Amino acid sequence: MKRSISLLTFAGAAVGAAPALAADLNVTVEIPRMTVAEYHKPYVAIWIEGADASAAGTLAVWYDADNREDKGAKWLKDMRQWWRKAGREMSFPVDGVSGATRAPGPQKLVFAGSKGALKALKPGQYNLVVEAAREVGGHEAVRVPFVWGKAGKPASAKGATELGAVTVSVK
Amino acid sequence: MTFKKSLLAVAALGAVLAMPLSAQAHRGWLLPSFTNLSGDSAWVTFDAAVSNELFHPDHVAMRTDGVQVLAPDGAIDKIQNASTGKYRSTFDVQLSKPGTYKIFTAGGSVMASYTENGEVKRFRGSAEDFAKQVPAGAADLKVIKSANRNETFVTRDKPTTESLKPTGKGLELVPVTHPTDVIATEPATFKFVIDGKPAADLEVTFAPGGHRWRASPGEIKVKTGPDGAVKFTLPEAGMYWVNASVRSGANARGGPPGAPQQGAVQALPGNGENASYTAVIEAQRP
Repeated sequence: MKRSISLLTFAGAAVGAAPALAADLNVTVEIPRMTVAEYHKPYVAIWIEGADASAAGTLAVWYDADNREDKGAKWLKDMRQWWRKAGREMSFPVDGVSGATRAPGPQKLVFAGSKGALKALKPGQYNLVVEAAREVGGHEAVRVPFVWGKAGKPASAKGATELGAVTVSVK
Repeated sequence: MTFKKSLLAVAALGAVLAMPLSAQAHRGWLLPSFTNLSGDSAWVTFDAAVSNELFHPDHVAMRTDGVQVLAPDGAIDKIQNASTGKYRSTFDVQLSKPGTYKIFTAGGSVMASYTENGEVKRFRGSAEDFAKQVPAGAADLKVIKSANRNETFVTRDKPTTESLKPTGKGLELVPVTHPTDVIATEPATFKFVIDGKPAADLEVTFAPGGHRWRASPGEIKVKTGPDGAVKFTLPEAGMYWVNASVRSGANARGGPPGAPQQGAVQALPGNGENASYTAVIEAQRP
């Protein structure tokens, strides 16, 4: 514990002029339960979109990374907004980003401000985008605005078909 | 002879009557199953046909022996599993390298007339044969060149432009918006060049697929500016047939290569150039 505190302090000092961002991004994504003949858990990309609609970082990609044929990469293009803006620039799998698909129900996620895409994220206004594509199913992207750089109230938005409620808070 | 003449007259009349339709008749296309793919085991399958309706093979299959593949690094690749049916051909391309592949057919021909020992001579054939068979500095030399190109593009992972470099021959597309990055409802720009130079004031047609289920073809026609650039916005996601052609100078109808000339050999009326360009692109869903 003592060790991690001193590491954090050190990280804060190294950033220098940038404001201390001890905050984490708390995200809840609801994967809706569906009664369909052929159900596959959706492929999901969770990413950050800047004010100019460009991608400012990828937090998580849930896909079939254990697939024998090509490690599931075939399906990455189906999260097409993310794929065009960020995914196709990346080389998969990505440590801390790649993950398995998730079952229906609320999925609680915490993205540490000290790691990955959030570590380099400048304070400002963003959208958290949750983009889902389901085999033999549909495609949907849900955007939830958040301000990075200070703690804020949770915000949420709801998908219509492929995603349920998405809630984001900076804590 | 009279009979022949009247036949010709009927044929000419038929041609006139058919005019409004001819703009949308017999369109060749190379249709990829996907234009954007991810992962190193990507394959794309293609349909190749000449049809009236887009993209329904209702006329004749396109031959596959002239189909070429340029890999993202500019290397020549090959089609696989080619098969030709009555109405369409199919083949596959394995995308073993990341980047953009160009799949295309390109051809050209030269028609010429000249005088040798006081006699009018005609030539029709390839540019290579023209250089070999027609004497350099032939008297009264008149040349009509034609070039045609039909292509499509598929990208694995990140789009690249090495395989899209223009050859400088005929009418070609130069990406401003990458042809595999056209998004429905978003503005896009292509540039067209003729023999490597901007093709100004060129009418470019964007015809959407799914013609059979629409009352009208839904074509969009846009003209290029002085720099050869055409700005367009495709209203709906889907596959589009892109076409443009230029015709300048003299024009003469010649018989098929090797066909015996009937009557006196006619000199061409002058120099000319014909070029046509066709591509199939996808407007992706936003």
